[in-house]
Amino acid sequence: MARLSVNGTGQDVPLEEDTPLLWALRDALGLTGTKFGCGIAACGACTVLVDGQTTRSCVTPLSAVAGKAIHTIEGAAARKPFAAVRAAWIAEQVAQCGYCQPGMVMAAIALLESNPAPTDADIDAAITNVCRCGTYPRIRTAIHLAAAALAKEAR
Amino acid sequence: MKSRLRRRLLIAAGLVGGAFVVGGYLFYRGRDRLRLPEGVGAPKGEAWLTGWLRIGADGAVTVIVPRQEMGQGISTALPMLVAEELDCDPASLAFEQAPVDSLYANATMIADGVPFRPDDHGWLARLARHSQYKFGELLGVQATGGSTGVRDGWEVMRRAGAAARAMLVAAAAERWGMASAECSTERGTVHAPGRSLGYGELVAQAARQPIPANPELKDPARYRVIGTSLARLDVPAKTEGKAQFGCDVRLPGMRFAAIAQCPVFGGSLKHADASKARALPGVQAVIELEATSTSAAAVAVVADGWWRAKRALDAIGIEWYAGAHGELDTAALREAFTQLLERGDARTYETLGDAPRELAAAKQLIEARYEVPYLAHATMEPINCTALVKDGRCDVWVGSQAPTLVQWLAAGPAGVGEVRVHTPFLGGGFGRRAEMDVVVQAAAIARRVPGTPVQLLWSREEDMQHDVYRPMALARLRCALDAEARIRAWHHRAVSQSCTGELTARLQPAAASDLMKDKTTAEGAFDLAYAMPHRLVEHVLAHQPVPVGFWRSVGHSYNAFFVECFLDEVAHAARRDPVEFRRAMLAGAPRHLRVLETAAKAAGWGEPLPPRTGRGIALAESFHSIVAQAAEVQVAADGGLRVMRVVCAIDCGRAVNPGIVTRQMESGIVYGLTAALHGEITLKGGRVEQSNFHDYEMVRMADCPKIETHIVQSGWEHLGGVGEPGTPPIAPAVANAVFAATGQRLRRLPLRLA
Repeated sequence: MARLSVNGTGQDVPLEEDTPLLWALRDALGLTGTKFGCGIAACGACTVLVDGQTTRSCVTPLSAVAGKAIHTIEGAAARKPFAAVRAAWIAEQVAQCGYCQPGMVMAAIALLESNPAPTDADIDAAITNVCRCGTYPRIRTAIHLAAAALAKEAR
Repeated sequence: MKSRLRRRLLIAAGLVGGAFVVGGYLFYRGRDRLRLPEGVGAPKGEAWLTGWLRIGADGAVTVIVPRQEMGQGISTALPMLVAEELDCDPASLAFEQAPVDSLYANATMIADGVPFRPDDHGWLARLARHSQYKFGELLGVQATGGSTGVRDGWEVMRRAGAAARAMLVAAAAERWGMASAECSTERGTVHAPGRSLGYGELVAQAARQPIPANPELKDPARYRVIGTSLARLDVPAKTEGKAQFGCDVRLPGMRFAAIAQCPVFGGSLKHADASKARALPGVQAVIELEATSTSAAAVAVVADGWWRAKRALDAIGIEWYAGAHGELDTAALREAFTQLLERGDARTYETLGDAPRELAAAKQLIEARYEVPYLAHATMEPINCTALVKDGRCDVWVGSQAPTLVQWLAAGPAGVGEVRVHTPFLGGGFGRRAEMDVVVQAAAIARRVPGTPVQLLWSREEDMQHDVYRPMALARLRCALDAEARIRAWHHRAVSQSCTGELTARLQPAAASDLMKDKTTAEGAFDLAYAMPHRLVEHVLAHQPVPVGFWRSVGHSYNAFFVECFLDEVAHAARRDPVEFRRAMLAGAPRHLRVLETAAKAAGWGEPLPPRTGRGIALAESFHSIVAQAAEVQVAADGGLRVMRVVCAIDCGRAVNPGIVTRQMESGIVYGLTAALHGEITLKGGRVEQSNFHDYEMVRMADCPKIETHIVQSGWEHLGGVGEPGTPPIAPAVANAVFAATGQRLRRLPLRLA
């Protein structure tokens, strides 16, 4: 049994403590927005925020996140950059098959929280997730768009 | 020549016979393409107006999309066709994936399979396409592939929109006691002098009107929806994580299954000691599955969560029999393919003049060998299928490119007479999701735990090692130049397995045969637009235990690499500029010429570049669209390749949604770039060596080039696909750029400098 804080709500998960967070979210809590892609932290489809840090939930055991604040795509609206990221993603028409996008959106939120004006090099370093539909150029533009919108809001 | 005529006559006789039987049957039976689907009701407050849309009392329009959305944007493009003729507000559009019904069959995809050049409009080609189309209608398979979505839907979905509009107008006229001709429509409303009613207010009455068979269609000059970059209907849900993919299906009491398949192709299960696994928490069943024509021998564990199922699976001591292919490796495969390339019996796909004679007499002969490896699809969503066997029926939830095949193939292993298919989004397809392996497995597992829905999910390792791979192919190209350094003769001879033949054999072993030509083996080689006086295009069929299947543009993906790189070599030998050399052979192909020139101009062809940087170009027609790409590649001191910029030009005829066309070009380029720079599946000991993204690398953000796309408008006469045509030109464009930068000719993918 593990006690988790997911999207601001306390949850008891009746699973072994070495179970990766991804499977607790998807199978025990029914939060299917976070995706399984590789199981070895190589693709980023399972990206969630743990205390604001991007975390690949497919290799993160429950024991490592007990007592920490977990945010998934379902609770992304609670993160400040989400509205701007969402709007930019739609303006750029980023998603194609869409499977990797929750992970991409979470990674973009974390990037903008820590770096309000990322350069192309910052984006290269922060967005290491895989997209087989090749939405990378649109994601790059959308992140710049979202950063600009957030900067305007702050003024 | 004589034997060629005889062969053509034999083909003709066969086709005429087939067309007679099929055509006669259809004439007798008829095919009403606007009818309602069978056994499907309408949600409360909505009504069907033809089998292609429903309208609600609130005026919301739900378009039934017969092709599966897997990223290509079809769930927006097809509703646009309906909206145009229906004259509704595009903001009122929603979509729903079609139920399985022959009404939604994709006959265009079947018709495209005939091995005739796209520009062949002779009687034989037309007859072959027509009878294949009729056969496709008869077969009734709903399938998504071959970049056919918009082309197949173009006629019927506009007609459906126009018919529905006519029914709404007739309902209004009836209510107002006037003639339909006195009414007009404007964005979801029917108007007459002094009065108007919304579609939602009229729909119940409209649904009682007869469906007009041949409603009048708009003049394209009046289009207001088609040709605009309408925002995709699926993007908001996909951005918010709300889109439901196959593996997101959750049902009451659902269990999860993990699977281990025999790692050696063609092997079988020797022994599985499941005693430890059964004792682990949450485990419900351990199931052994025998190999079938579509799926490998396997052991599956059913548990209350996927992780528990996987852990229990890993605790089973499984021993396999390797079978006949336990020694197979990539070196042996290359040796076998090389033998076939040298001496195998070839099939001829194109004969122009007498290329062998001209090549034998050539003063200047250029010859080269090319090679591409097997490739995995690596869809982002791992392969999965959910099944429930209950009360003699099997319900299947699966993101599939062929829901009709799911219905056909699940019944046997599920042991039921009735199958219902539910179709969530596909997290990537690329041809992989036309396969039925996971469906057969899930149905067999569900049969063993009746009443319990089970979601079978493959690990990434299972996906990588049990794919149906893009064929490995070897080619030898030869070319003779004339005194003016123009191409006199061209000979293309390639070896590969057959995707179409092997898929047919997997689905229906009794239908397995090498008699039929597989167009996909020679597409992109036998259908070139370049004028050459003598040309011979041959293919030698290989048989190997490594399964092959459709993969984003399949044959085009490697034939474009062979043809466009070799053409670059020939241009170099002829001391001509690669663009100029191609241009000289395209006088009779103005659309190709314009696409080539658009890409070259936008790329700044001929302008100077920084040191160690080269520019390469390639042109390829596929799926009735013409694409040229110019790539700029920087070569690092350590030999690393960095693609800086890609300029793409496409002529797809009518661009229904230019925004989607542009993004599909980007998508095809990145997909093809991963193959060009990284993709390689190798075998050792009868097994695939790669297993996950750490050893099967992908292009990512940091190495994705800047991409710029230009849509060349060629009017309303033509219509081509866009899901696949972006992929073929990128590998040759990059390889040619590497040559321009370094002088090294790379003839094998993935591209690696010596």
